[in-house]
Amino acid sequence: MRHTIAVLVENEFGVLSRVVGLFSGRGFNIDSLTVAPTNDESLSRITLVTRGDEQIIEQITKQLNKLIDVIKVIDFEPENAIEREMVLVKVSAEDESRAEVLRIADIFRAKVIDVTPKSYTLEATGAPAKVAAMVELLRPLGLKELVSTGPVVIGRGARGWKG
Amino acid sequence: MKLNGARILLECLKREGVDTIFGYPGGTVINLYDELFSFKEIKHILPRHEQAGVHAADGYARATGKVGVAIATSGPGATNTITAIATAYMDSIPMVIITGQVPTALIGNDAFQEADIIGITRPCTKHNFLVKDVKDLALIMKKAFYIARTGRPGPVLVDLPKDVQIAQTEFAYPESVEIRGYKPTVEGHPKQIEKAVDVMLQTKKAVIYVGGGVILGNAADELTKLAHQLGIPVTMTLNGLGSFPEDDDLSLGMLGMHGHYCANMAVSNCDLLIAVAARFDDRVTGKIAAFAPHAKIIHIDVDPTSIKKNVRVDLPIVGDVREVLIRMLKTVDKHKAEVETLKQNLAPWIEQINEWKSKHPVTYKQTGSTIKPQYVIQRLRALSAPDAILATDVGQHQMWVAQFFQFTRPRTLLSSGGLGTMGFGLPAAMGAQAAFPERQVLAVCGDGGFQMNMQELATLVQNRLNVKIVILNNNFLGMVRQWQELFFDKRYSSTCMELPIDFIKLAEAFGAVGLQASKVDEVDAVIKKAFEIEGPVLMEFKVAREEKVLPMVPAGASLTEMVLT
Ligand SMILES: Cc1ncc(C[n+]2csc(CCOP(=O)(O)OP(=O)(O)O)c2C)c(N)n1
Ligand SMILES: [Mg+2]
Repeated sequence: MRHTIAVLVENEFGVLSRVVGLFSGRGFNIDSLTVAPTNDESLSRITLVTRGDEQIIEQITKQLNKLIDVIKVIDFEPENAIEREMVLVKVSAEDESRAEVLRIADIFRAKVIDVTPKSYTLEATGAPAKVAAMVELLRPLGLKELVSTGPVVIGRGARGWKG
Repeated sequence: MKLNGARILLECLKREGVDTIFGYPGGTVINLYDELFSFKEIKHILPRHEQAGVHAADGYARATGKVGVAIATSGPGATNTITAIATAYMDSIPMVIITGQVPTALIGNDAFQEADIIGITRPCTKHNFLVKDVKDLALIMKKAFYIARTGRPGPVLVDLPKDVQIAQTEFAYPESVEIRGYKPTVEGHPKQIEKAVDVMLQTKKAVIYVGGGVILGNAADELTKLAHQLGIPVTMTLNGLGSFPEDDDLSLGMLGMHGHYCANMAVSNCDLLIAVAARFDDRVTGKIAAFAPHAKIIHIDVDPTSIKKNVRVDLPIVGDVREVLIRMLKTVDKHKAEVETLKQNLAPWIEQINEWKSKHPVTYKQTGSTIKPQYVIQRLRALSAPDAILATDVGQHQMWVAQFFQFTRPRTLLSSGGLGTMGFGLPAAMGAQAAFPERQVLAVCGDGGFQMNMQELATLVQNRLNVKIVILNNNFLGMVRQWQELFFDKRYSSTCMELPIDFIKLAEAFGAVGLQASKVDEVDAVIKKAFEIEGPVLMEFKVAREEKVLPMVPAGASLTEMVLT
């Protein structure tokens, strides 16, 4: 099962490597990871996506909580959270495919951020599933390069770190 | 008044009640050692290798319950400590290790004797700190000790660059400390405890399974009381030995790979397993799927990650083991009548256990004049003081100690259980002897492991640490040889030590006394003589070379599949 976990940590050097080391040292998987300071500058927030059965996820959250520099761990249930990620995609765009790329970009409300005679680069944000759907449509047109932030997540309403 | 970082560090140690430290000097701690030169409140012991220094601090901590402290210089000094830090981490021993580091301006430059010790020790410490500013030093030390000794204890490393030792600042030691990401649960959930007692009162076939955490958490008395009040038998892990007296009728001794038949049978057949500050190590459980297959499991532990890590648990209780047991005892007290019924209900189970006990006790045959290693352990128990502290190395001798020494008091067995570190025994004994100069301290080693830290004979002699060293010399890496005998067709690949060492001359070369016994009727005389001599003594017992540790649960087999002969 895929889980999106938010980890609130001390904004100090070495903390990220403790978190990452925990995963590599125990053979847990990280699908994606983003990190940046929060509105409280003494804190950073890591969002990571991992997978595993219930027991593995329980161990992961407990092990994260055990780290001295970790202040809170939230394993979000999809229905109580909003997830967003951003991708930058460079697609071949020549002749007839140029219009098709723009049509797809339009449907997904992506922005064209770079144009050359041979390619378009698009910027898209949204729920991971939506972004993935756009990428799949672009793939057959000649997807050259894809960069993704990985999702960030926030709780709905009163859910999450501060309601 | 302003103090330099080196002096501040020592003042912090003093305020934490540290009286003895083990350390080895070098370029990046030379300022610290200069301060130490005139700082008389702390006794410093110089080992002959940093690994041994940290093992000694570990032995000190295991024997006293206080935080052990060790110092090493940067680079090679620091990397020499790794095995010992990992040893302490696996067994949850409270320690603070201070390493020198190159000056802050040079960090990351591959400077002379630079090693990223923070990076290297991240997975084998409970936490670690790099001190970048002398103003942070006092608070970091306060945190280091607090983290090391609270919750599930463990080693904490403080990396102290040379310039921070020299820089000056006002010193004030914080009275208290708050770490927002670190709040160990102390009190167990009252409802869970009540539920647990309810379950206990219903059982017909229960076993208490005790880990090293009961000793670390100073809960041996409470545990013993609980077992007695309920009349439930107790089995212990290697590091749990000493938490419940082995000469008690309710004791089943150690369980697991080389555990007692009765203990493994009891766990495999019980209807309730009460796990107290134990972590279900694979050497204890054997094949997980067949571990305590009929039992409800109650698990008390201060570390939530220990619970349900590898075994299903029906009733978890997170909290300080002593606090939880005290509360349990109070709850049990309210159920006098039920306890009486419980004892009656348990009677057939106790009878069954006694049958297992007498059917296959741990045993050996002392025939002929060749000394059986088990015999030496039994004679050591008989001839040593009841409060003697015994440190072991790792191997067959360690298991024979566990099977035959009959521990009755907490903190009298010091053994590397989790990491299984050869070379641990001698320096750990050294640390315990430094803490308790008046008590008998034994180091029981194999011939192999002894050679991994034998340089510490010098430290013993220099500091008049009267450790009595026992070498069970089979001239083999015996434990590995046993596996080769049983599972590899006796192909003794690199386990025969070949070279016979003259251990007596070795001891004498260091200025210690060496004694030797090669026949069974010499054993008592050697032990008695060693105990009479003031000062460190090395006793070498030439023992039956191919004796096996039995029973044995082969790796991956279930606890009931014991090889008995
Ligand atoms: C540092 C280290 N290296 C290797 C091992 C693997 N090992 C476990 S027991 C053992 C043999 C120990 O031999 P000895 O010290 O003579 O004790 P004996 O088993 O003969 O009693 C070995 C090599 C270990 N536990 N620790
Ligand atoms: Mg040997």
